[in-house]
Amino acid sequence: MPKITYIEHNGKSHTVEVAKELTVMEGAVQNNIPGIDADCGGSCACATCHVYVDEKWFNKLPKIESAEEDMLDVAFEPNKFSRLGCQITITEELDGLVVKMPSKQA
Amino acid sequence: MIKTDVLIIGAGPVGIFVVQQLGLIGLKAEVVDNLDKIGGQCIELYPDKPIYDIPALPECTGESLTNNLLEQIKPFKTNFHLNERVQEISKEQNGWKVATSGNKIFSAPNIIIAAGVGSFEPRKFSVKEAEKFENNGVFYSIKDKTYFKNKKICIFGGGDSALDWAIELAKFAEVTLVHRRNEFRGAEHSATIARKLEKEGKLKIKTPYQIVSIEGEDKIKGITIKTDEGKIEKIDTDCVLGFFGLIMKLGPITEWGLNLDKKTIPVNTETFQTNKEGIFAIGDICTYPGKLKLILSGFHEGALAARACFKLARPNEKYRFEFTTTSKTLHGRLGVKKDD
Repeated sequence: MPKITYIEHNGKSHTVEVAKELTVMEGAVQNNIPGIDADCGGSCACATCHVYVDEKWFNKLPKIESAEEDMLDVAFEPNKFSRLGCQITITEELDGLVVKMPSKQA
Repeated sequence: MIKTDVLIIGAGPVGIFVVQQLGLIGLKAEVVDNLDKIGGQCIELYPDKPIYDIPALPECTGESLTNNLLEQIKPFKTNFHLNERVQEISKEQNGWKVATSGNKIFSAPNIIIAAGVGSFEPRKFSVKEAEKFENNGVFYSIKDKTYFKNKKICIFGGGDSALDWAIELAKFAEVTLVHRRNEFRGAEHSATIARKLEKEGKLKIKTPYQIVSIEGEDKIKGITIKTDEGKIEKIDTDCVLGFFGLIMKLGPITEWGLNLDKKTIPVNTETFQTNKEGIFAIGDICTYPGKLKLILSGFHEGALAARACFKLARPNEKYRFEFTTTSKTLHGRLGVKKDD
């Protein structure tokens, strides 16, 4: 299974195996990793699974769609590496992906 | 003081449907919601998104689902108390007393919490000075637009609220619209008007910028904004308006002494009662082994919670299970006339 690393805002790092087809958000929620709220449950409607994708990985992700870009407008402190965890589906190619969480989700 | 059999917290699909289930067994309900409209997440988050898993409705939208549910509870003439957030509860001899943010007081033997992920509140600026200036220069909604006349205003956001208010306030104030990217997600028509006003010198638009800090002692003097690339700019301003949509927060419910599991309330699946007698939780906010956060699960949970409410609301009566297809009592409550 692909390994994903989640880094909390305080620097605490969690590396977990996440099954393919799950999303970055689900990987965090199922492993009780703090820092991702996912209030809407993954329907790209709330921006509380906001992550900063590691620079080296950002361009390897499938391109962001406009619905996600719209939601990022209301995310907490977005930057150019911002994505929503619920919109990143884990694939074999993403083995080793690193994402950081913002200081809070809202 | 408003007396009722059941106080329902949350006017989403589950909160509305439980009104019907209560009405059928002869119980009256009042509904409180912090939003200014009925429908909860269905209306606030995805009014136009199609939903495909409501039984017997192959496809509907958040809006049409809400409207259909409202049609279904029409016979029960229920009061909705909108723009009200529940604040405090206290135990009374025969139930609970609940006070809202608008100082309404309810007295009921039963409370059903159908509050989803919590009440909707505006998302706020992340900069620390924003709190100090809240309602004294920093605003997240506009109640009286004349307050802004001839003032210097910075509006943040890229949605309809930000665009609409920028266009409106630009008529009589010096407005700068700031957004984190070059595209606006609000209506194209509004974005076009805003760009046109910018060309005519009636509105300033700063993209892609985000706020860094707010300056001032007793009142706001100016703000600092910057791009992702680190380009910094300072703007003199009197007011800062943020339109970043809404966020859901559990709020005061967390202080009611209910058992909580993260942001959800554990319940007994026979009655959907919480650890407090007479307080029930249904829909996305409740949790139990196997819980699914589906609207259809919330309907089932409401049906059972309603029966449990009957015992506390009518302690001296016996509840009878009846079908709407055949029961004359239920037909009477529904207002249907049947020739037979």
